[in-house]
Amino acid sequence: MIPTVQVTEQDVWKALEDVFDPEIPKLSVVDLGVITAVRVDEQNAAHVTMTPTFSGCPAVEMMRSDVADRLKQLPLSRVVVDVSFEVPWNSNRISERGREMLRQSGFAPPPKHEGFIELQVLSDVACPYCGSRNTRLQSPFGPTLCRSIHYCDNCFQAFEQFKPVA
Amino acid sequence: MNVSALTAPERTALKDLLFSMADDALIIGHRNSEWVGIGPVLEEDIAFASIAQDKLGHALALYTILHEHFAEPDPDTLAFMRTERLFRCCHFVEIPTQEYDFALMRHVLFDTAEALRFAMLAESAFEPLAQLARKARGEIQYHTMHANIWLKQLGTATEESRARMQSALNECFPLALGMFESPSSENEQALCAANIFQGESELHRRWLHAVRTLVEQSGLVLYEEGITPAYGGRKGYHTEHLAPLLDEMSEVFKTDPMAEW
Repeated sequence: MIPTVQVTEQDVWKALEDVFDPEIPKLSVVDLGVITAVRVDEQNAAHVTMTPTFSGCPAVEMMRSDVADRLKQLPLSRVVVDVSFEVPWNSNRISERGREMLRQSGFAPPPKHEGFIELQVLSDVACPYCGSRNTRLQSPFGPTLCRSIHYCDNCFQAFEQFKPVA
Repeated sequence: MNVSALTAPERTALKDLLFSMADDALIIGHRNSEWVGIGPVLEEDIAFASIAQDKLGHALALYTILHEHFAEPDPDTLAFMRTERLFRCCHFVEIPTQEYDFALMRHVLFDTAEALRFAMLAESAFEPLAQLARKARGEIQYHTMHANIWLKQLGTATEESRARMQSALNECFPLALGMFESPSSENEQALCAANIFQGESELHRRWLHAVRTLVEQSGLVLYEEGITPAYGGRKGYHTEHLAPLLDEMSEVFKTDPMAEW
């Protein structure tokens, strides 16, 4: 008989750090802030709740199956991954490490906000390449829903910001 | 609040509300997506494409609520397999886009209403809708920001741009009033009584207040007298433009409705 190993919620959180945003491979789903609840019940089944960055995000199904696949490597009896808006995502949920990973991937991290985004908040961005704030907003909409397009007048480089979202 | 705790008229009213919101989002999303590849400048192409994607996300979330709480078919079936008569979108979203001035004015008037609607619904007693509303609000801030910047710029730029925006406003206004059609006064009362939604007439009042300010700031004039609202959509009566749109939108899906995408 195989002895049952009780998996802890910390084990699950740790494992989820290996699951990455499909478009930003250094950024884990934990640091992105899309995991809103983790519970392991008495039957050793894991229940994970995630929430999309944007309601139209096409990557959410892929992240959901990546989360399930990773957790199936743990000795759990069952893995349930739900997508819910109960705790809605906003860009303040990205962790400090997540912000650093965004910078390392060439994206300006979103500024912290207080519930309302104005053009000024969106425009005042440091260039992820040279650090200068001498930058311009080119378009509040970018190649994916979560990014805006900017230009640095210091190093003459176009760059993207991971958008602040309330 | 659970749907089973609602009275029959409350259930009907909530279901009608969800269908009208979902269908508006789906159809305006399709119209917005028609700018992909042909926007007047690249940034506008990307803007309308992104806004379209958000609208489809909202439609998907609303159809999912209908599927999970009202035993309706799955979202793809609701979007692609219903006939025109079963749609509850307003005429405003159905009108084909001809010029960019019309597209921008529709964007201003529609998104102002949607932002206010979701702000009201964020307090709804029907929790699944309140959760979606709280999520969607942050996304729609970007839509209204984009719309209002263009309205101000073009309303105050050249004589031609001002004339075009004024003409688009005159054309859009009666159509926009169709957004606030309620299927019945019973629906309005039921939604209010159950604390689900304060109703279309209250939304209409707030929207008019916001639009008057926006229009004034943009140097345009809102002619409100003698206007006949374009009603019918919420009861399933549509313009001749909806059926061809549905045919085009569902063409690929219908080649193999059982396919896994």
